[in-house]
Amino acid sequence: MSDEEETQPTDDQKIEIAKWFLLNAPAGEIQYIAKDMKAVLQDETLYTTAAAVAFPLYNKSHMICLDFPDRSGEVMVTPFSEIGENEYVDPRTAQVAVVDHVNQVCRRARPANDEELPTPYIEEYRYALDIEVTKYVSEAYPKGICSVYCVNGKDVEEPGMDFDLVVVISAARLNPQNFCNGSWRSIWNVEFKDEAQFVEVRGTLQVGAHYFEEGNVQLDAKHECKDSTMLMSPEDSAHSVTTIIRHHETEYLNSLQTSYSKLPDATFKDLRRKLPVTRTLFPWHNAAQFSLRRDIQKSLGLEKK
Amino acid sequence: MEAAMGLMRRIPPKHSEAALSALLSLLPHHSADLLSQVDQPLQVLCDVDSGKEFILCEYNRDADSYRSPWSNKYHPPLDDGLYPSQELRKLEMEANDVFTVYCDQYYEGGTSSVYIWENEDEGFIGCFLIKKDGSRTADGRRGYLEEGSWEAIHVIEVVPLDEATARYCLTSSVMLSLTTNDESSGAFSLSGSIRRQMNMDLPVDEGHLCNMGRMVEEMESKLRYSLDQVYFGKTKEMICTLRPPSELVQTSLPEQINKRRS
Repeated sequence: MSDEEETQPTDDQKIEIAKWFLLNAPAGEIQYIAKDMKAVLQDETLYTTAAAVAFPLYNKSHMICLDFPDRSGEVMVTPFSEIGENEYVDPRTAQVAVVDHVNQVCRRARPANDEELPTPYIEEYRYALDIEVTKYVSEAYPKGICSVYCVNGKDVEEPGMDFDLVVVISAARLNPQNFCNGSWRSIWNVEFKDEAQFVEVRGTLQVGAHYFEEGNVQLDAKHECKDSTMLMSPEDSAHSVTTIIRHHETEYLNSLQTSYSKLPDATFKDLRRKLPVTRTLFPWHNAAQFSLRRDIQKSLGLEKK
Repeated sequence: MEAAMGLMRRIPPKHSEAALSALLSLLPHHSADLLSQVDQPLQVLCDVDSGKEFILCEYNRDADSYRSPWSNKYHPPLDDGLYPSQELRKLEMEANDVFTVYCDQYYEGGTSSVYIWENEDEGFIGCFLIKKDGSRTADGRRGYLEEGSWEAIHVIEVVPLDEATARYCLTSSVMLSLTTNDESSGAFSLSGSIRRQMNMDLPVDEGHLCNMGRMVEEMESKLRYSLDQVYFGKTKEMICTLRPPSELVQTSLPEQINKRRS
């Protein structure tokens, strides 16, 4: 396939390749891919260019969680919390983190200024939802993290206008010694419709797992769902929305379990049976018979299909 | 090279073709190693004489042509291609016939090919390949799979030890991929590959084909079982670790009710 005389890929092409490998790293594995990519590329400058673009995208997509330097809390790196280049807001502690994407650390933190935070009216809703979701996540996920952001209408001061919040939940289980890593990400868009007085909830759940002891096996599952509830006081709305989230996530988990129990029999059999229909192993010692029989069939014109 | 293999172990299996392509362009001097150590989805061509499909791999390739096990011809035609000896060709033909029946019995469809060629001294190498498309639009009888494929490559190196016995060294890879898509559980996709080796010293009184066949069958069963445990077992376990099923969470419910704001 590859001709030894073919020209080497251009620098731009090499950068694209490096970016592609980095972006496709499974959850928690980008640093391993980074190390291998550097070795394969043999070019520090090209790698650095690729990493500068790939890491922010990867970090946001996987919603990584970083500690503030003074350990006052955590910040989640997501598309929803991004307020400037490499700057991510944490509404819970009202701080903005300046993030070093390639090393995946928070370099420093500063208090958020008023324009970066929602109005008190919106904050009531955001805060109530945050409390409920945090409680839910601590119960349902052994190691989950979550946050609630206002993505639309953060300057709304009083009832009369629509606004949108987003709930993000992320859980990762990294076990490289056992060659197994996994991640759960859910993103719930919560749209508060003022005029109709109801709240529309839309969720995207994504689960991934990677097992690499004897090879490379990966699971990639995604599910979308939606629901709605009445627009009520901040606390009641929060409780209602969280109940919806809890319900759908639990349902999804249950249906994954069901899929898993159905899969081996239904689908695996479509790929390869455990044993032939005869329920015995294949008679290899009678192999000569087979080819003989087929020859006879052929010469007598009796061959099927 | 080790770094390249590391990358291949982490990239999502469905992107492995693109990944290998990228690595080959970055590391052209390692192309021989990469091509032999990285498993790629199998492709088929149609034999012009018999109309039957045959599987393409490095072991029936010469330049850019591939030799069909049915007609022994290169596609596209090649002037001075490599061919197995007459004796090995005979064994190859018999192996293909028998393996087709084996394939039918275990895979209820699918395509198989066997290639045999000389090795050093008196030994030879046999390569058994199977490609099965189990998606509901292809050979999937039960219709659950949106997309599904099983591809197996078994390479056996045979070395005669003495008059009556031979050593068989088998390296097998199975690449598996399945996707289901339905209302309640959304899109669900599992894919990947597993590689294993097995060595055996066996008497040759029943013939090489018998020995090789039994090894392949045993290996496939082991791999199938392993894939079941790994694909379904480990990944399911991971999901339950991320978010344990609600039965475990129920116990905290009463406290929650008390804490609820009125």
